[in-house]
Amino acid sequence: MASIDTGGDGGQKKGPGVKKAKKLSTRVDMTPMVDLGFLLITFFVFTATMNEPTTLDLNMPKDIKDKKEQTEVKESGVLSVMLGKDDVVYYYEGKLAEDGSNFKSTDFKGIRDVIINKRKDVMDRYVPDPACEAKMAKEGKPISNCADKDFVVIIKPSKDATYKNTVDILDEMTINQVRTYAMVKIFDQEYELIKKTEEFNQAGIK
Amino acid sequence: MPSVKIARKSTDTDMTPFVDIAFLILSFFIMATKFKPPDIVEIKTPGSVLSQKLPENNAVMISFDSINRVFFTVLSDKDPQKYTDIISEINTGQNLGLTPAEIANFRNIYMVGVPLSGVKQLLGMDAKAVEKIRQPGIPVEDSTNNQLFWWIRAAKNAFAGEKLNYLIKGDANSKYPAFEAVVAALKKNEEFKYNLITQLDGAEASLYEANKAKNK
Repeated sequence: MASIDTGGDGGQKKGPGVKKAKKLSTRVDMTPMVDLGFLLITFFVFTATMNEPTTLDLNMPKDIKDKKEQTEVKESGVLSVMLGKDDVVYYYEGKLAEDGSNFKSTDFKGIRDVIINKRKDVMDRYVPDPACEAKMAKEGKPISNCADKDFVVIIKPSKDATYKNTVDILDEMTINQVRTYAMVKIFDQEYELIKKTEEFNQAGIK
Repeated sequence: MPSVKIARKSTDTDMTPFVDIAFLILSFFIMATKFKPPDIVEIKTPGSVLSQKLPENNAVMISFDSINRVFFTVLSDKDPQKYTDIISEINTGQNLGLTPAEIANFRNIYMVGVPLSGVKQLLGMDAKAVEKIRQPGIPVEDSTNNQLFWWIRAAKNAFAGEKLNYLIKGDANSKYPAFEAVVAALKKNEEFKYNLITQLDGAEASLYEANKAKNK
């Protein structure tokens, strides 16, 4: 116990000349101690749980030199996403047109709709593939997995993109449940187009 | 009229049990908290929707900060022998001529961010002194002299037969080429699976969970 009873006068009678000492309370006020205790608890609770880092798994493809071993994807199901300077996202569907007419730009909010629309587009064009459906049924996966099997997102961060942009776009893949995506080096032609668009936009502002 | 006398009770509460509980909880949290090692460089990781936990043992962590300096860290609290194995391999492979004391010091230095030529000098220093100096980062961006490759290879050999996790901790504002160079060093070692360290992004995460539930 915090308050210790010092036992009063213990039964011994003092003489008449001895003045009785004033009895001081030995009780200690615990309130500040409680305050301090809880303050420390709050501190430890916050530091213990708030700062927990999480991880994002990333699988990179092997570099395959041999053309024959490279995975081929249907052109109609491909969405190429390029990351540029200042959080700008560039994209095109299928093959890049010679004149760059299908080269578009958006931001990280807009790219979500682009992905969703493209995926829907691919799924609408899906012709039932019995071989794939049988395989999915065997593995206990939904048949809908077959419908978007041709949907591939190719991520190409340019050297002006930040690491945050890279993680954000990978996150976007997780959010939209894109099963097939790959991160590859940007082509020179695409980088030129990004540069041109940036220059054009800057001229527009002036 | 005889008035009823109400016995005066003290308004003082005995705080002692309260204090007991408070300090019990407090000591629990102090014991349960593991302080993270001092950050030599400040790295602000980007947000992500996934809330997977981070493996903290049997891992090497490759960090890069906002100005693209690359650092290498071994996380192996359970088996300190690995530290010696890794630095010994670097020592013999690169002819650094480290003394046994310098090899032993590798464990105390949390992050290595110097070119191979500077390793001897770095390991000769006290861990406290290392915190104060500014390390230039491991050279990676030149693909012919990607020195991170050697560090990863040494770690890979030291952990042969065990599962080794590759953690990549990058600053949100670092440029993509730094990340690309780190990945290139890993790829060159035939390693293709990594964990990117991120911070949980609450708003986006709830959106993701909602999306996942809807698609089920």
